[in-house]
Amino acid sequence: MSVVLKEPPSAAAAPESIVQAEGLSKTFDVSLPWLNRVLERKGRSVLHAVDGVTFDIQRGETLSLVGESGCGKSTVARLLVGLYAPSAGRVRFFGHDLSELNTEAGRGMRQKLQMIFQDPYASLNPRWRVADIIAEPLRTHGLMKDPAQVMARVDEVLQQVRLSPADKVKYPHQFSGGQRQRLSIARALATKPEFLVCDEPTSALDVSVQAQVLNLMKDLQREMGLTYLFISHNLAVVHHISDRVGVMYLGRIVELATRRTLFATPRHPYTRLLLDAIPDLEMSGRARTPVGGEVPNPLNPPSGCTFHPRCPHADERCRREAPVLKVYRHAGGESQAACHAVEEGRI
Amino acid sequence: MSKGPLLEVRNLRVEFPTRRGTLVAVDDISLSIEPGEVLGVVGESGAGKSMTGAAVIGLLEPPGRIAAGEVKLNGLRIDNLPYEDMRKIRGREIGAIFQDPLTSLNPLYTVGQQLIETITTHLNMSASKARTRAIELLASTGIPAPDRRIDHYPHQFSGGMRQRVVIALALAAEPKLVIADEPTTALDVSIQAQIIALLKKLCRDHGTAVMLVTHDMGVIAETADRVAVMYAGRIAEIGPVADVIHRPQHPYTVGLMGSIPTLTGEHERLAQIEGSMPRLTEIPNGCAFHPRCEHAFDRCRRERPDLLPAGTSRASCWLHDAAGGRAAA
Repeated sequence: MSVVLKEPPSAAAAPESIVQAEGLSKTFDVSLPWLNRVLERKGRSVLHAVDGVTFDIQRGETLSLVGESGCGKSTVARLLVGLYAPSAGRVRFFGHDLSELNTEAGRGMRQKLQMIFQDPYASLNPRWRVADIIAEPLRTHGLMKDPAQVMARVDEVLQQVRLSPADKVKYPHQFSGGQRQRLSIARALATKPEFLVCDEPTSALDVSVQAQVLNLMKDLQREMGLTYLFISHNLAVVHHISDRVGVMYLGRIVELATRRTLFATPRHPYTRLLLDAIPDLEMSGRARTPVGGEVPNPLNPPSGCTFHPRCPHADERCRREAPVLKVYRHAGGESQAACHAVEEGRI
Repeated sequence: MSKGPLLEVRNLRVEFPTRRGTLVAVDDISLSIEPGEVLGVVGESGAGKSMTGAAVIGLLEPPGRIAAGEVKLNGLRIDNLPYEDMRKIRGREIGAIFQDPLTSLNPLYTVGQQLIETITTHLNMSASKARTRAIELLASTGIPAPDRRIDHYPHQFSGGMRQRVVIALALAAEPKLVIADEPTTALDVSIQAQIIALLKKLCRDHGTAVMLVTHDMGVIAETADRVAVMYAGRIAEIGPVADVIHRPQHPYTVGLMGSIPTLTGEHERLAQIEGSMPRLTEIPNGCAFHPRCEHAFDRCRRERPDLLPAGTSRASCWLHDAAGGRAAA
């Protein structure tokens, strides 16, 4: 059956793209203290959490980044909202470099950008009432001076996330996990943002509550035309929510494609491994071959393609040379993949 | 074998006395596990699934206690045994695998010391023989270079490798039953698949029965023979795993299955159950699920349903009462 794909991301679609990450890298210095380095004769050690990541996000779409722990997906999220400064590369947001937003002039732009965190227990101040939590971004950005106006906005966003305006006098502990995540979403929505970075927003929630939050996020996206960057380790959730998906491994994007293409015709061996590893509810008796090995220590990544020690298709070139993300057209659509075996047509 | 079930839990009730009254974490649960069978126990947080496992193995944290009911292993009651007798059963008859492999291993001893201690405690074996057996066990769980790794400390292993050590420990004395409480939850998906495959293989090889406690329906689907779905300390539905997944009978199971995102199909919205599981302090009368149930009628609010036959499963829902008739479920 032929599948009609969304317009593939190309130069022609560029005016629509509101976020661009260009060669984004983030390194962390995890060296021992100076005295230890001298005594133990050890050098500095640098962790490449994110290594040359490039992507763009179109208005109104959901781009997901998926990968295992330590692959750098949460670091990308933090780079995108400016919680970390990139070591190299840059983030452009509505055409402005993110570093420009860190000024008085960038304030107006900054309110268009909000984040939802993973843990709804840690991200809400337990000593503040809901009204104060949600009104905080309004006050920080100086959007509203009149207290009555602020409260009207708080009531409005509470209703948008299907909570009651009467909840605003309560404290976070009076809410369940799912309701707290709604409060985080309400806080993020207060400044009428256009772009939300969601870092594992449902990972701490039970499945039935996760369904409520995912449905809410989709509804809000439709109602307000929001754009999401969605970070998750759960491929099923990513399949449900995304328009496009990027798969990360050890700080790099190894494959980027529309959701349908990625799930129907994965190109990169790591994507295939991930898809194969998901426990199957259908129980189709699919013979699963759990791939051996684990994610290597990012402090000491393998040479060449960092996936080569676990890859069944690795050869000499993979051990030597790091592959770059290239566009491949195939029967299932168009994918970007960073793999020598795909490039050489070996798989 | 017609000797009857390996594990039999009857009318188990676990209570936590608190200053503000008694909380009932597990409320009148009955289930059984046949030799070699894998029973999945699934539920959301607070459903009482881990408490059930802890009660079976006698590791309830005080003030939690078994208030009623009985737990029988091979026909003998184990819930009222003195502490020392229970200690001999743990490890020998019932092995345990917990969620976080870092906390279930002692960081101050090498994995070899921990394995050898377990083996010599439960099996009549000399230290040198126990060491050989420990190396065999590590090898069987797929740890490379086991003769060298045996002298390493837990922190020298990665998360997936540590969980393999924990599995080796649980199976060291060849127990007949393993309680695995969220054994793969702390692991990444690719490692998760390896550990599930390993657990399945080892238990099949040794004929070990498993009580697999998890919130992940996917893990249950792949591993279990039968599954018990828990809600608010009670069993909502119990039956063969394929039937519960594909033809759920209890409205809660129906909602739960619909709320799980899948890799197949295009669903604009997930089915959602409104509200959330009641706190233990405010479990409603009658059926605990009735405030969230779209089929609830008068009787549900008044009377707690028993596990009634429903298809090939059993569900605690009045919709399945022959006399009450079945609405559109």
